[in-house]
Amino acid sequence: MRVWADFSLEQDDAGRTVAVLSGPMTVSSIGVVDRALRELAVPLDRVDIAAVPEIDTVGAWTVWRVVRDHEAELVGASDQARRLIAAVSKSKGEGETGALRLPLVPRIADGVGRTVAGWSRGTVRLLGFLGAVLVAWWGIMTSPARMRWIAVVRQAELVGISALGIIGLMSFLVGIVIAQQGAIQLEQFGAEMLTVNLTGRIAFRELGVLMTAIMVAGRSGSSFAAQIGTMKLTEEIDAMRTIGVSPVEALVIPRILAAVVMMPLLGFYAAVLAVIGGAFISAFTLGIPFMTFLLRIQEVVPLHDVWVGLVKAPFFGLIIALAGCYQGMQVKANAEEVGLRTTMAVVQAIFMVIVLDAFFAVFFTEVGWG
Amino acid sequence: MSPDELGEIRDDVADAARRRIPGAFRGEFPIVVEGIRNAFGDQVVHEGLSLQVRRGEIIGVVGGSGTGKSVLMRSIIGLQPPSAGTIHVLGEDITAARGDEDIDIRSRWGVLFQGGALFSTLTVAENVEVPLREFYPEIGDELRREIARFKVVLSGLPEEAANKYPAELSGGMKKRAGLARALALDPELLFLDEPTAGLDPIGAAAFDALTKELQDTLGLTVFLITHDLDTLHEICDRVAVIADRRVIACDTIPNLLTLDHPWIQEYFNGPRGRAAEAAQHRIKAMDKPRKAGD
Repeated sequence: MRVWADFSLEQDDAGRTVAVLSGPMTVSSIGVVDRALRELAVPLDRVDIAAVPEIDTVGAWTVWRVVRDHEAELVGASDQARRLIAAVSKSKGEGETGALRLPLVPRIADGVGRTVAGWSRGTVRLLGFLGAVLVAWWGIMTSPARMRWIAVVRQAELVGISALGIIGLMSFLVGIVIAQQGAIQLEQFGAEMLTVNLTGRIAFRELGVLMTAIMVAGRSGSSFAAQIGTMKLTEEIDAMRTIGVSPVEALVIPRILAAVVMMPLLGFYAAVLAVIGGAFISAFTLGIPFMTFLLRIQEVVPLHDVWVGLVKAPFFGLIIALAGCYQGMQVKANAEEVGLRTTMAVVQAIFMVIVLDAFFAVFFTEVGWG
Repeated sequence: MSPDELGEIRDDVADAARRRIPGAFRGEFPIVVEGIRNAFGDQVVHEGLSLQVRRGEIIGVVGGSGTGKSVLMRSIIGLQPPSAGTIHVLGEDITAARGDEDIDIRSRWGVLFQGGALFSTLTVAENVEVPLREFYPEIGDELRREIARFKVVLSGLPEEAANKYPAELSGGMKKRAGLARALALDPELLFLDEPTAGLDPIGAAAFDALTKELQDTLGLTVFLITHDLDTLHEICDRVAVIADRRVIACDTIPNLLTLDHPWIQEYFNGPRGRAAEAAQHRIKAMDKPRKAGD
């Protein structure tokens, strides 16, 4: 059980109101007396702390605040209490503890203004970033020795090789779902054999690459942003600049190159596994033998479907890597921003991949690769 | 105010105050380290290290880089359990505590980490409020805000700094903000990890004076890791020297100087050590005539 500091009101001989404090005035025992003194309606003339055995800065502050607010006289203060009061009274103690904020109406205007100004600044920064990437790329093209192949291979391993398991499993399952659900619909027309066409074409043309892009954005785009963002916070990027190493050349280019190279490979791999998944389920539910399914794929999927997937993939990789690196480079203040920027990198990457995919769909149909 | 109202407040407060808060420590040695061993893989940092810290003293801990000064501090505050030996802090056995919840005495110490370790998404004053909210939920919002603000000023920061985020502060201000958070609960024990590193000489001297002032007024026991010879001479009552994986000596500086250990001699009698000592003599010489004239 805790001992709380307490107080009582007394009248002295001259008819003055005296608040007599008792008990330890410390942070662990101040709770009661602080609230009671705040709700006190009677003005005080004197505050007596002679019966206080123990006092810390919080107690000293409370005593001092009461004395100040009531313009009362302090009596019975020990030497230690006086020193503590002298130390804490340098502060007024008024005001908020949060960040200073504008009142509501100006704050709305302020927020809108900042957002609008932020768009234009963001666009300029994005262009600046793209420019820096192109300049670095040109620099590497003209003197290929500057390409950091070790970093590229390392990133390729992280983006590609270590993603094989999860992307393979995901594609296999997606293949099963497409074949199984497609078969149910096609059965109504007695066209079960077209399940092969459905699975093969959709896997190579669309889903293989698109699902891979989403997975890579979630795995690698986010890690690019978080990694580069943390490096910005710990001033590693600044350190690189001062040493004369271009952060774009050392960090961004290897990641972009790795993503651009690995995306088509992963996309093709995903499509193949989706087809295998379809063949697997068809062997069970449709009675199409596994090998027959695979051989039919060769007949019903035109080669340009494979090309459509392979052409799109590097662009998706480029978008994912650019979004991740760009957002990472924008981190400035604190750990929270790393999280926000990482989220933005993934959301932007997936959104832009889907928008671009829509353009590609129309484009390839128009050029006769329907 | 009627007794009813007061009773209501009392019930309210008692309801809010759920945590068990241990009483003040009355023993002689708030920190007792006995024969601890710390090792990272094959690398043994401490072997049979023992140290006793007296109540109300400022103890300076020195040692070459990599001798495990910070590791010792982390062991004492329970962040790095030693593989052998025991540590008693304020009479409680830290090494027997199994989880963070077992350590009941955390309301009675304050820790200033090397980089400040402020919560980056909170303002300075909100940082100070965190331990108050955690340990004393019964304290009203108004008082808690006032405490946060006066602690900020007490730590030597300007009042406006209270509303700033750590990212907006300079390195020296971050240290002071970290100190404000360490002092939030009026602790009995204060751990400072290189508080004056990276401060300008004026700022460092002010920080030393502040530490001394706090020790005097609040009766704090201060565990101070430092490389700053001026700090050692100026405010430390005793200095513990870590070398060869243990505390080889713990005494006042004049007594340490009589020891015949190469590292101690090199440390205090090197050019920097002598300069700090000479400065100390000059200050004392300047003090004396003034006192005689009083």
